[in-house]
Amino acid sequence: MPLTRRHLLAALPSLGAAGLGLGFIRMLHGLDRGQFDPRAINTPLTGQPVPEFPALSSLPGQAGLTREDFRTMTQPVLLSVWASWCLPCVEEIPFISQLAASLAAPRKKRDAPLALWGLCYKDQPASASRWLERAGQPFTRLGLDQDGQAAIEWGVTGVPEAFLIMPDPQVGGRIVWHGTGGLTEAVYQTRVVPHLEAAP
Amino acid sequence: MTMLATIFCPEGGHFALALACALALMQGVLPLAGLRRTDSPLTALARPLALSQCLALLFAWTCLVTASLGNDFSLKLIAETSAINKPWAYKIAGLWGNHEGSLLLWVTLLSLWCAGLALLPGQSAARPEGLPLRLRARLLALLGLVGAGFQLFCLTTSNPFLRLWPVPADGMGMNPLLQDPGLAVHPPLLYSGYVGFAVPFAFAISALLDGRANALWARHMRPWVISAWALLTLGITLGSWWSYSVLGWGGYWFWDPVENAALIPWLTGTALLHSVLVVEKRNLLHVWCLLLAIATFAFSLSGTFLVRSGILNSVHAFANDPARGLFILGLLGLYGGGSLLLFAIRAPALPTPQAGFSPLSRESALLLNNILLCTLCAVVLTGTLYPPFMQLLFGRTLSVGKPFFDATTIPLTLPLLAVMGVSMALPWRQTRADRLLPRLAPALLITAGNILPAFWLFPTPLAALSALLALWVISAALCDLILRLRGLPEGSRQLHRLPRSLWAASLAHVGVGVTILGLCGMAGSQERLIEARPGTHATLTGRDWELTALTAHHGPNYEVVEAHLTIRHHDAHGPVLTELTPEIRLFPRQGQRTLHVAILHRPLEDLYAALGSVKEERDPQGQSHYSAILRLHENPLASWIWLGGIVMALGGGLHLLPSRRRPKPVEGELRSCR
Amino acid sequence: MRLAVTLLLLLLVSPTCLAVDTPDEMLSDPALERKAQQIGQQLRCLVCQNESIEESSAPLARDLRHAVRQQLQQGHTAKEIRAWMVQRYGEFIRLRPAFSPATALLWLMPLLSLMVALLLACRFWYRPAPPPAPLTPEERRTLDSLLKKD
Repeated sequence: MPLTRRHLLAALPSLGAAGLGLGFIRMLHGLDRGQFDPRAINTPLTGQPVPEFPALSSLPGQAGLTREDFRTMTQPVLLSVWASWCLPCVEEIPFISQLAASLAAPRKKRDAPLALWGLCYKDQPASASRWLERAGQPFTRLGLDQDGQAAIEWGVTGVPEAFLIMPDPQVGGRIVWHGTGGLTEAVYQTRVVPHLEAAP
Repeated sequence: MTMLATIFCPEGGHFALALACALALMQGVLPLAGLRRTDSPLTALARPLALSQCLALLFAWTCLVTASLGNDFSLKLIAETSAINKPWAYKIAGLWGNHEGSLLLWVTLLSLWCAGLALLPGQSAARPEGLPLRLRARLLALLGLVGAGFQLFCLTTSNPFLRLWPVPADGMGMNPLLQDPGLAVHPPLLYSGYVGFAVPFAFAISALLDGRANALWARHMRPWVISAWALLTLGITLGSWWSYSVLGWGGYWFWDPVENAALIPWLTGTALLHSVLVVEKRNLLHVWCLLLAIATFAFSLSGTFLVRSGILNSVHAFANDPARGLFILGLLGLYGGGSLLLFAIRAPALPTPQAGFSPLSRESALLLNNILLCTLCAVVLTGTLYPPFMQLLFGRTLSVGKPFFDATTIPLTLPLLAVMGVSMALPWRQTRADRLLPRLAPALLITAGNILPAFWLFPTPLAALSALLALWVISAALCDLILRLRGLPEGSRQLHRLPRSLWAASLAHVGVGVTILGLCGMAGSQERLIEARPGTHATLTGRDWELTALTAHHGPNYEVVEAHLTIRHHDAHGPVLTELTPEIRLFPRQGQRTLHVAILHRPLEDLYAALGSVKEERDPQGQSHYSAILRLHENPLASWIWLGGIVMALGGGLHLLPSRRRPKPVEGELRSCR
Repeated sequence: MRLAVTLLLLLLVSPTCLAVDTPDEMLSDPALERKAQQIGQQLRCLVCQNESIEESSAPLARDLRHAVRQQLQQGHTAKEIRAWMVQRYGEFIRLRPAFSPATALLWLMPLLSLMVALLLACRFWYRPAPPPAPLTPEERRTLDSLLKKD
């Protein structure tokens, strides 16, 4: 049977369907392993300098957070965006306090240097300080973003989120990683640690 | 008695579902085996098997409904979606508001279509025009195979009869958003449309297996296409009306992936509806028609099932489960992919008549209609799948939403409307421009006469242009009816002497025009957002809206806060037009609230009010004052959108009514294919 | 009294993506407010992802609506505001994706598929008309009786 133009045309729909089907299989596979999320939002800030944002005050007795702090930073910073009213943030407490403890008393070389800073999103100071007590005061710097304006500059779409910032004297801090969803041991080991190890 | 029902219903239903699956498999395999020989008793088994499969599934539903009405929370499905204090109507309707139940509904509707096919009188000496018995057996077998696959899916991964232990004392209750009459009827209608396209699909596969598709094949298939199309039209219309009347900001179509998933098979189904006519009357376009029949069902399947896989970013999605998604994809590959492969192999060998089209002919207009509808379909499909594929292939996230679809689909719809108006006046085969123009003249005059009023009435030039084209469609359909009536021989100029198919097509076209007019009207909707204490007045488009009171009371399984609005003509002293009571319902069990919009449908506009929230303020004396946030709309021609949908579906229904015997054939064009 | 009790309940209930929000955020200038709405309708809410920020009542959507209005009052153009949003939230926030190499296929799809379809259909308009394929005598009888009834 000679192949004619009709054969080619008639095969097109099944080829198209096969392509779509392959794509769908890959997507389902990715969904299963958490690599594909149709609701995911790529932040354009990854790889960019830290954005300008309004200076944030903190709770009494703690250092606040300003753009200037990122210009003078000397070690990588993990900035956690959280709120006491958000359930996943409460679930995040054990890991955050454990991480803070291991950073304060480094056992292995790679545990340090890293600073853990916090950005508290649209929260009452009283409930924020209760959350911090439960977590064992994990942050060395904390910004209270009560009107959410700083979070907009950071492109935050929800809590919890986290940013990893590397010192960069030329631009004053560069964001190298951004994660949505709570910080866990697994996320920390697979996403954050490689950046720390790659750093000079 | 209750004890017995508790024991029997879940297990009886489970057994019936398993039995139905076995019957469907037999319905799929035995007649096909019988058809390999000329005269086998196996062929005749198709009909009783289809009927008994349908009965088994109906029995399964009876069991499920009994269990739900009897609050049998040992069933996982009922414990998760029902509660003792849920109104009884929603104990039934809520059964298909979730993945498992809706899947059972899907397979049951398929078996009902099978039963319909089995019960329709077949070909006999007295009824030579009936469906040939061998064709019917093959169709039933193919539908049985489709049904068996999905019943297997139902049994293995999404069984509605799974038990729960320990049995909870009360259920978790239903998603309150689904507790709405519109949504109770929407899934059955939409699904019967989706599933109904399985019958044309079976016709297509049968034709591919036979290597024959001709005018007679198209004639047999047409009523099934039309009925599925009419039901899908109704289902989409109802869904759109639901989002207008429930979601609370006056929107009727969001271009959400799930809505698009229903629109895509509707577009190809509409194209199929028209191309089937060309096959029937002119014996042309068979291969295209086959492909459309396969594609429509494949899109229906992907529409109903991709929603459940979690791939698409949608509000309407069911609880997502990638494992189920894989099973669904397997079924899609088997039925959709398998049939496309069959198409690729067999279609080139189908005999194709080498006839051409005259540009000025009805088939030519229908071909243009198909081109535009399929382009629309390609646009909607691309827009829906672009974001997930961009993310998969390039890791980029982007959005394709309403502004994109508006910008791309409207320019394609306008020429479609223009062609629609001409098509009714065109005869088959060919005509001359000097004969066509007089037929179109009245409609052209009506449209031209309304150019100025349209641009004056509608808010934007685009809306005015679309409205003019809608008017063109409506007037062309009606003028054509009148001209054809005048073309009847003297003395028999009665409306019922015109062929019913002509009536049906005109009605459906009028429906499209009415919907488009509604959409254009909505472009000029006015809205106001106010914060008001009782006694406050607000003005919107020359009417006075007064918040008279805020009250609260109990519903069956919710608490209600109501805002009482009085609307007066002109100003605060004008005559009262109506009273509206939008409300907020609180469902303490689910910790959710829903809005209940109050709408006054008037012929030319909808008055629409939504209550957003209620605030309490205390004055220095400790007195509480309440104020409400209200969204007030005036939506011109809003109800026309859904009225048009109903008229379209009625057109389809009219076509299906058994036709009366005409005294003699009227139109020359009907004879022309002999 | 009942109203007060029910309102207490209302506070306990989680806020969802409901479409009605406070009026005090609207601009007093109707033309500017309309422009703000037009811009907002093209921006996707990042919380209730199936709504635009104009329709959503998520707190973030409210903040962004406010940002749109503030910048409009400061005299920024729609294009500048969109760029401001994209700089923070990426292309995802645009409900109408910008034309770029990545979205070329998407935007050209209507034209592309229309051209392909017309090209395929051309054959029908330019083909001479030989006689149609014959039906079998039995089918012809059936069709005849059908057409008589129709």
